[in-house]
Amino acid sequence: MIRVQREDFDAGAELARMTAGRADIGGLASFIGIVREKTDAGALSAMTLEHYPGMTEKRLAEIEAEAARRWPLAASLIIHRYGRLLPGERIVLVATASSHRQAALESCQFLIDWLKTKAPFWKLEETAAGSQWVAAQETDDRAAERWRKS
Amino acid sequence: MKLLYFAWLRSKLGKAGEDLTPPAHVTNVGELLDWLETVSPAHKAALADRRAVRVAVNQDYAAADHPVRPGDEIALFPPVTGG
Repeated sequence: MIRVQREDFDAGAELARMTAGRADIGGLASFIGIVREKTDAGALSAMTLEHYPGMTEKRLAEIEAEAARRWPLAASLIIHRYGRLLPGERIVLVATASSHRQAALESCQFLIDWLKTKAPFWKLEETAAGSQWVAAQETDDRAAERWRKS
Repeated sequence: MKLLYFAWLRSKLGKAGEDLTPPAHVTNVGELLDWLETVSPAHKAALADRRAVRVAVNQDYAAADHPVRPGDEIALFPPVTGG
């Protein structure tokens, strides 16, 4: 399931809902991305996430479908926020459930790695020095590249 | 043709999008970017570093040789930084 929203999410409630009444699930993996105060440009006062409504949902659904092709998943969830967020606020929740832990853990990492390089979101950081768009990280490209099928 | 701009492309152009009608010889993404550079000095400045510009045609990532047609939704944006 994909959700792109301005409001915060309750990770505990979301994870509980994913596994409720599911006797086939043996492992549930999750990742939560949080706004970090420390940046290269100094202390962050806020971060604004911009996205491309429509394309964002399409790309996220595609990434989720790719995970389901590669691993035997019982359920998966991506919640990504947009708008102005303060340090400590949650940005994204990725969760995957499977009958065994390996599929859940691997697919969870795959989802966040691919999302970072493929879903149309952009971060604008506010610091005492002003506002600056975050540049794409080569380390993120390498993390995503790891999952490329040869 | 509906053009959409995101992140610093939007800031540099001072608008989130515009409706433009390129000349008939513009048939693909690369030709569209070449033509867009001639629209105004702001467009030329925003597109100066072509490697930093990603393009989506009708919400799918598109390379320079991807065709563009009247009525398409074309988005220009920098490499993504979500997650």
